[in-house]
Amino acid sequence: MADPVIDVSGVTKSFGGRTVVDRLDMRVERGEIYGFLGPNGSGKTTFIRMLCGLLRPDAGGGTCLGYDILTEGDRIKPHVGYMAQRFSLYEDLTVRENLMFMASVYGVRRPRRVVAEIMERMELGRFSGILAGGLSGGWKQRLALAGCMLHEPRLLLLDEPTAGVDPGARREFWDQVHGLAAAGVTTLISTHYMDEAERCHRLAYIAYGRLLARGGVEELVAGSGLSTWLVKGPGAHEAKVRLEADERVEQVVAFGNTLHVSGPDAAAVERAAREAAGPGARVEPGETSLEEVFIQLMRGAVKP
Amino acid sequence: MVAKEFVQMRRDRLTFAMLIGIPLLQTVLFGYAINSDPRHLPLAVLSGDNSPFSRSLIAAMQTSSYFDLVRTLSSRGEADRALDLGEVQFVLTIPEGFGRSLLRGERPVLLLEADATDPGATSGALTAFRALAVRALARDLSGPPSSLLPGEDPVTVRVHAQYNPEAVTRYNIVPGLMGTILTLTLVMITALAITRERERGTMENLLTTPVRPLEVMLGKIVPYILVGYLQMGLILLAARYLFDVPFHGSVVLVLLLSVFFIAANLTVGVTISTLVRNQLQALQLSVFFFLPSLLLSGFMFPFRGMPEWAQAVGSVLPLTHYLRIVRGVLLKGNGVAEALVHLWPIAAFWLAVIGIGLKRFRRTLD
Repeated sequence: MADPVIDVSGVTKSFGGRTVVDRLDMRVERGEIYGFLGPNGSGKTTFIRMLCGLLRPDAGGGTCLGYDILTEGDRIKPHVGYMAQRFSLYEDLTVRENLMFMASVYGVRRPRRVVAEIMERMELGRFSGILAGGLSGGWKQRLALAGCMLHEPRLLLLDEPTAGVDPGARREFWDQVHGLAAAGVTTLISTHYMDEAERCHRLAYIAYGRLLARGGVEELVAGSGLSTWLVKGPGAHEAKVRLEADERVEQVVAFGNTLHVSGPDAAAVERAAREAAGPGARVEPGETSLEEVFIQLMRGAVKP
Repeated sequence: MVAKEFVQMRRDRLTFAMLIGIPLLQTVLFGYAINSDPRHLPLAVLSGDNSPFSRSLIAAMQTSSYFDLVRTLSSRGEADRALDLGEVQFVLTIPEGFGRSLLRGERPVLLLEADATDPGATSGALTAFRALAVRALARDLSGPPSSLLPGEDPVTVRVHAQYNPEAVTRYNIVPGLMGTILTLTLVMITALAITRERERGTMENLLTTPVRPLEVMLGKIVPYILVGYLQMGLILLAARYLFDVPFHGSVVLVLLLSVFFIAANLTVGVTISTLVRNQLQALQLSVFFFLPSLLLSGFMFPFRGMPEWAQAVGSVLPLTHYLRIVRGVLLKGNGVAEALVHLWPIAAFWLAVIGIGLKRFRRTLD
């Protein structure tokens, strides 16, 4: 599979003089789950909307599924499943009616059978006759995912699909996505959850419309150059205050009674941690998490 | 709470403009445009007589300010056609040898035919005409030619209120109501239906599917064309069986010609939806379009009674022309030829609105 599913470069979009997406490049291979991360308002939604033809880039371009995103939007659309941040099916139609409508919009052959299959696969069967507006958040997301899978898309664009969904439902949602990836469906998914980011094959982190880092989870952690030590035991709060003022330390995060202390120089961080730790507290080597990497990236990002 | 409400009002510019604009528009329209005793109504004369009496009669009519002589006719057929088309409101027929028989005291017949589809427009002028004709001629006759018995009118004035001889207002109102109801509901329903799709985010979803924008628009419009026909059917049935409105022309023709009117209104609705951000604004803008249609189309007040600027605005609105078509066909028994004269302004309006709508629609995708 030499041809990437998404291959765009220099993509730029401004609204009213404010650059929301700034010369963004992206390459996503077939069957990949590509995580798209970044703070609120960093341009994730805008970028995804440009990929599926909702918006037209001001500059840059490239291909999506081998078609030009600027001129061949109509040929891309039939093969893409897009799930918006907001629930965007009809609340005053039933689950089944919504799916039948989507099937007809995509011109799915034998829609009844396809809808029945999808409902069974997504375990939506028992809600078949219920109005979509009456579903809970998690089930709405599941219905929306079902809606964008009916036409067997080759690419899924999911814009924060699990926002506000409970952990159980999120896990099931991700199991579905992995199942699709195994079947060769490529997924570009934006999220704010670190545990979800870790389930992606590759990640891109953007802020202020610019790409700050990309790669696999290990690559990103290694690339950040951060080392983390844990301070466990009593006196955590006092130690945190002291460490925050310490120049050798970049980040201190409290998890219950455990402090995660990170910085670029492993030895220096260890020394700082030992100095700050109160009596009876233990200092152990820890693992740098994605969250620390992203917070470092976000702090380093320069507002244009 | 109050302060917050004002801040929000200021943010929503369009709503704010409407809050000011709608009362202003209403005041202006009601205050200036409405005149229940219209004057300067167009008159055509079919005269077989060239005596000084005819001339002074016509002069007196014009001086009364009720009548403006716009045409001189040469045949009966022309007179009927002018009335059918609504080119003139009145046709005065002066019989051959009018002057001579007047002098002989034969009390010749003066015939004034009025297009009385809207009785309100003509009643004032008709009342004035009787007194005016007798007075004008009596003055000319006060010299030696008078051979009439004292106290007797020199002429017989006959007035024909055409198309609506009993001056039943509802004959005029009910067909008019059809256009008004179609305008209100169709513009509003489409504007709201499309704005709702955008407000709820379902439009975003639709636009990522292979459906084309034009298909989305058509998909939204076609069901409401059928709704429009359902409404028309109900109103026509009510007109016929509840209000006994006489149908002189072909109902099928009305239904056929209505396609353009319905389409024009739906397109206005679609275009409104491209200009607004939410359903409230859509509703307000619909009302903003509906008010002039209601007041300036000749539905509520005689078209010819309005000042010229109001008539000019009214001539742009599709309802004005649709009323003429419906009244023309139903009350006057007009056929295709007469109706077509009023059809093209509707078509022109429709095309113009489609143009604006398509231009705006492409931009809102971004």
